[in-house]
Amino acid sequence: MDFNIKTMAEYAAEGKAPEVLFWVGCAGSFDDRAKKITKAFCKILNKIGVEFAVLGQEESCTGDPAKRAGNEFVFQMMALTNIEVLNAYEVKKIVTACPHCFNTLKNEYPSLGGHFEVVHHTQFLKTLMEEGRLKIEGGAFKGKKITFHDPCYLGRANNEYEAPRMLLEKLDAELVEMKRCKTNGLCCGAGGAQMFKEPEKGNKDINIERTEEALSFEPKVIATGCPFCNTMMTDGVKHFNKNTEVAVKDIVELLAEAEDL
Amino acid sequence: MQYIGNIIFLILLVAGFGLFAKSLLKIYRNIRLGHEINRNDRKGERWSTMARVAMGQSKMTARPVAGVLHLFVYVGFVIINIELIEIIVDGLFGTHRFLASVFGHGFYSFFTATLEVLALLVVIGVVIFFIRRNFYGVKRLTMKELFGWPKQDANWILIIEFALMVAFFTMNTSDFILQSRGVLPEHGSFPISEMTLVPFFEIFSFDNGFLMFTEKAAWWFHFVGILFFMNYLYYSKHLHIILAFPSTWYANLDKKGKFNNLDSVTKEIKLMMDPNADPYAAPAEGAEADVPSKFGAEDIFDLNQVQLLNAYSCTECGRCTSVCPANITGKKLSPRLILMKTRDRLEEVGRNIDQNGKFVDDGKKLLNDYITKEELWACTTCNACTEACPVLLDPLSIIFEMRRFLVMEQSAAPQELNLMMTNVENNAAPWQYNQADRLNWASEN
Ligand code: SF4
Ligand code: SF4
Repeated sequence: MDFNIKTMAEYAAEGKAPEVLFWVGCAGSFDDRAKKITKAFCKILNKIGVEFAVLGQEESCTGDPAKRAGNEFVFQMMALTNIEVLNAYEVKKIVTACPHCFNTLKNEYPSLGGHFEVVHHTQFLKTLMEEGRLKIEGGAFKGKKITFHDPCYLGRANNEYEAPRMLLEKLDAELVEMKRCKTNGLCCGAGGAQMFKEPEKGNKDINIERTEEALSFEPKVIATGCPFCNTMMTDGVKHFNKNTEVAVKDIVELLAEAEDL
Repeated sequence: MQYIGNIIFLILLVAGFGLFAKSLLKIYRNIRLGHEINRNDRKGERWSTMARVAMGQSKMTARPVAGVLHLFVYVGFVIINIELIEIIVDGLFGTHRFLASVFGHGFYSFFTATLEVLALLVVIGVVIFFIRRNFYGVKRLTMKELFGWPKQDANWILIIEFALMVAFFTMNTSDFILQSRGVLPEHGSFPISEMTLVPFFEIFSFDNGFLMFTEKAAWWFHFVGILFFMNYLYYSKHLHIILAFPSTWYANLDKKGKFNNLDSVTKEIKLMMDPNADPYAAPAEGAEADVPSKFGAEDIFDLNQVQLLNAYSCTECGRCTSVCPANITGKKLSPRLILMKTRDRLEEVGRNIDQNGKFVDDGKKLLNDYITKEELWACTTCNACTEACPVLLDPLSIIFEMRRFLVMEQSAAPQELNLMMTNVENNAAPWQYNQADRLNWASEN
């Protein structure tokens, strides 16, 4: 299908401002798996007519991985550059499908001069639903067993446990909670810049431990809300040779599929 | 001669509290070796956090068994300390059960009965704790990192608490029998002693003299025991019974995902980005003062005072470690150990200062000599540890500061992370993609 993706620069050229800026993030821009999440989200926004823009080539890494690795210089270089761009466009509201971008933009940019309303895509969709702009019916997922893996940077880092669950409930699926969920959720192993390096020596990798727990419920779908969690859980499912039986999908992908987009 | 007991009592009391005050001052001095950090904002929220978490034990319910048992010991401990007031007055003035005259007969009976019930709960609590720790094998309590002093320490505390309670019951039992024989005036009510130890004592039909002696001996034991316990705290993880209060008060109230931004770096980058800035301009007045001597933390001096307070407050309960994804999967990182090692180093520095009058370089650092890079790099910054901690300690902040030191002062990140950081710097993405390709996904299928 054709996307209708406009950049902030295009809006500005028309002298208009979109309702929201979609911060795509590095994974969402470059990682083949995560690009699907990006597209699914855009499809939903397109379908219900939300005017949104992306920064495109003007977007940079938020600096999250550099920051968590301890490199404040690189982080702030990114942050201050991004803030300059965002402020130049007078951006008010940002939505992003990556909890790491979400957290950094929301919590760490303000003291550097970047004051925006930042929401995670699940929060944004929840609001759209509450406003009656987005309607989702179970469809493809009715009665299917889904378990949700809480991303640390959405959950514990920012206390958002409810929005993703509310969206999943709309799918009429059978939502099963892992023992380690919500505040007790277990990390997928990607955060804190771990995504970009080999793990330290241990008995097993963190994503294997986490996937094992998810698979013990024999779900049809492991739902995620973060592109990094998605990669980690996908690798885990492959590790157990379950990739034909169990799908790892971002919540927006599930919503898009339910709507047959 | 008749005042000799009172005089000994006074000497012990002064010595006990004096030593205790000395220890507290030492802890205070050591904590102040860290950087100041402004945590005096949002006072209302801080008071309520402290009330909820430290006094209300709100975080302990996450593990109901330990939570309930801990509540027994905690409430018992707090209320039995009211008894300390009575002990002090009785000891100084040679009175017997002084509070009876203050409270009146009815309420005093209620008071002593309550204490008895609580003391019993404490006994139940410590016995089960002892079993859990030594025989039952709760993983977080039997991990290797606790071998040696931490394990002994935990057991000593339980044994002392048990002994104190036994002395308490023995005292009440003798007193009760003497009261029922009309030797001592009737004060209070002792339901637990009456049901358990009194019948046992009666078997031996002790004479009044012996019971008087037992009552006094148990009373003294109880008193000296409390003084000992108080002074033992300094050496023990049990400091948390005091420091949990400031620790929860000074806890981080921001979102857990929000890591601090270094102001000194902001200034430098703004200068870099500003084409009009004169790099040779004299720094504005006072600007120099807030440029830190180094980035991140290599030793305890580079940590902030709340982090050092945290190190002293850690209960070594291991709730953090038992939920740490790195630890669960067998990596060397244990958030509990991060705090324990920070405290060890802090104590070492403290002893150094005691000896030399000021800190004399001992060639050691918290980094490497205590905490290794391998531990630091295993952390996913997931905040499971900070969520789990019953007293709101923040081991992650220490890990993070030490990573900063490794990266910004020593350029000692793992190679793959260096690559990632170079990519972020040059390509504005952690991978080696071109920024110009950022929107390619929109035209791909
Ligand atoms: S933040 Fe780090 S130390 Fe704390 S639980 Fe997560 S991985 Fe472990
Ligand atoms: S940091 Fe908190 S959770 Fe961890 S051992 Fe210490 S007191 Fe327990």
